[in-house]
Amino acid sequence: MSTTYLIKNASILGGDPRDLLLRDGIIAEAGALGPVAGTVVIDAGGLIALPGLVDLHTHLREPGREDAETVDTGTRAAALGGFTAVHAMANTDPVADTAGVVEQVWRLGREAGHCDVFPVGAVTVGLKGERLAELGAMADSAARVRVFSDDGKCVSDANLMRRALEYVKAFDGVVAQHAQEPRLTEGAQMNEGELSGLLGLAGWPAVAEEAIIARDILLAAHTKSRLHVCHVSTAGSVELIRWAKSKGHPVTAEVTPHHLILTEDLVKSYDPIYKVNPPLRSATDVAALREGLADGTIDAVATDHAPHPQEDKDCEWAAAAMGMLGLETALSVVQQTMVDSGLMTWADVADRMSVRPAAIGQVDDRHGRPLAIGEPANVVLVDPRAKRTVDRTGLASLSQNTPYQAMELPGAVVATFLRGTATVLDGKLA
Amino acid sequence: MKRHLLSTADLSRDDAVLILDTAEEIARLAARPIKKLPTLRGRTVVNLFFEDSTRTRTSFEVAAKRLSADVINFSAKGSSVSKGESLKDTALTLEAMGADAVVVRHSASGAAYRLATAGWSSSHVVNAGDGTHEHPTQALLDAFTMRRHLGGFEERRVTVVGDVLHSRVARSNVHLLATLGARVTLVAPPTLLPVGVESWPCDVSYDLDAAIPGSDAIMMLRVQRERMNGGFFPTEREYSRRYGLDAQRMAKLPDKAIVLHPGPMVRGMEISAAVADSDRSVIVEQVANGVSVRMAVLYLLLSGSESAIGSEEGHSQHQNTEPKGAVA
Repeated sequence: MSTTYLIKNASILGGDPRDLLLRDGIIAEAGALGPVAGTVVIDAGGLIALPGLVDLHTHLREPGREDAETVDTGTRAAALGGFTAVHAMANTDPVADTAGVVEQVWRLGREAGHCDVFPVGAVTVGLKGERLAELGAMADSAARVRVFSDDGKCVSDANLMRRALEYVKAFDGVVAQHAQEPRLTEGAQMNEGELSGLLGLAGWPAVAEEAIIARDILLAAHTKSRLHVCHVSTAGSVELIRWAKSKGHPVTAEVTPHHLILTEDLVKSYDPIYKVNPPLRSATDVAALREGLADGTIDAVATDHAPHPQEDKDCEWAAAAMGMLGLETALSVVQQTMVDSGLMTWADVADRMSVRPAAIGQVDDRHGRPLAIGEPANVVLVDPRAKRTVDRTGLASLSQNTPYQAMELPGAVVATFLRGTATVLDGKLA
Repeated sequence: MKRHLLSTADLSRDDAVLILDTAEEIARLAARPIKKLPTLRGRTVVNLFFEDSTRTRTSFEVAAKRLSADVINFSAKGSSVSKGESLKDTALTLEAMGADAVVVRHSASGAAYRLATAGWSSSHVVNAGDGTHEHPTQALLDAFTMRRHLGGFEERRVTVVGDVLHSRVARSNVHLLATLGARVTLVAPPTLLPVGVESWPCDVSYDLDAAIPGSDAIMMLRVQRERMNGGFFPTEREYSRRYGLDAQRMAKLPDKAIVLHPGPMVRGMEISAAVADSDRSVIVEQVANGVSVRMAVLYLLLSGSESAIGSEEGHSQHQNTEPKGAVA
């Protein structure tokens, strides 16, 4: 029999304190509750209750790169970060381009039990951008895939992208595009601008992202199919998506925590810990991304959690792998950049990190639900007054490539509940 | 400038002048029958070359040997990129062998900086060319050569022509010459200029003929034939016509103007044979001066006070973990 939890005095989405009774996987009661026999009471005074966070963009690395992360370690990191669901990207080895691989990842997630794992299916066979993978088989599999992405690679062929958008309509899927025009980014190492010229690092121009986004918006409008834009990183991209939404086109977008807080100036250190795809951009871009997230142009924060073993970062810039950890620091970064700065409320955080990503991923029957009676008990309790100094050796992730080493960040996840079961209690894995 | 020479952008005017003056003194000694100085006896200088460059490696080798240092040539072709030994492991190996200075050439921009700051090694690091970033001793020897011919830098106009985008020589020269007070003009087709070049401390032009009459020195950069495949310009012929220095163009230079080239030259491409072999050309002299300048750099870095050619910031700055690019 599962434990029943009585959460006392939690500020629901940052609002008035209420009690929540988590029993049998659901929120059984809510309001001002008296003592309930046989429950574990959690004093949540001063804590904020949010629906369990949903990540649209996680690299769990399994199968293939179990030296960097596994489904088990990655989902532990997710739970500690307040997530109750993650979408596992398809660029594994083998690529998640068949029903077999997505079912494997889905099953590993179920066995680990730290959060729900929703596999993302590859759009094209082997991420090669040549022909469609069996999208329908993945959609019909036990993993019930709805998000398809060649993330890491761009579906750059316009006709293939069109076909993908059309095809996924049959099962209400969405194509999540990694917007990177390949010819404009050959050998690209960092944001193209004044700094790339000085550092002698091949530039990654904003137009390489924006050109694909503009094209895909038009394709989505033309095919009347859903487009999701991964890790938007430039001010121009925000403008394009704002325009698309103003026209009513079926387009959604995400931004990573690191693009909300870090800028290209860090690359001056030539330390590959800051090497990421898309690259860190300028302060102007960061400001535009924050504004876009605040006004809802950008729907979701997605971590792009990208674990890499030490040897892939402990080298010269050009040789290093692209990507940084994100799951265990995402909420803190969002608190610092969006909440503490006054741009968003905690209710907005719930919207951008749970409600809307759940809707985009088509899992909003189970995640991103209101904290109300009868709803699934996917809840995270956050202490917004806590401060912590990031220590890469203390992370649950198998890898240590966090860009926030030794930075002090606000907020701490105190507890995470997945269908009423605690995955995290007192800030530790339960 | 600190305990390393990684970039001319780090050099103050005093640092730069000290290096040039020291090189001048050393050059005078080189005229004597016995060229060797005992200064660095017992010190070990490693030439760590991940890219082939016989001329730069030889120049550093001669420089270190003339200062009586022990020289180890460590040719490490095939970096971690091609699954060879990693830069880190190479650095740890050299550290264990007791290298006092590492002269490093690498195809990756920032490799020298990384070697100096990642905590893998406590050696002095001299950047002998990192990717498309910098080649500071080349700029110093160019400046040395110009100073000898032009008498100084104030009011002098230096025109640098060619593939600025991929040139570590151009970057190092722009920083150094601006610091020394010269006026630099970069001339290249727009495709071979980096984004943001307008913020560099120099003028930029697409028109070589317009720049020539005002040039006290003109430096032709090598244009690699591979660039043509990248679509940076239509044909070698067209490049040569618009941006090559031939006898006709040379005739329009002011009387005492000199022609430089960091080598290796592609005769008939960016520079005609007639120009390369003319009495305006100081290209061979650049090579000779390279030894004196590299001796000066090694001497100042390795002998006596560690801050001989600079101050501040040790190699431990990587321990500064607060990311400066974080936006509050």
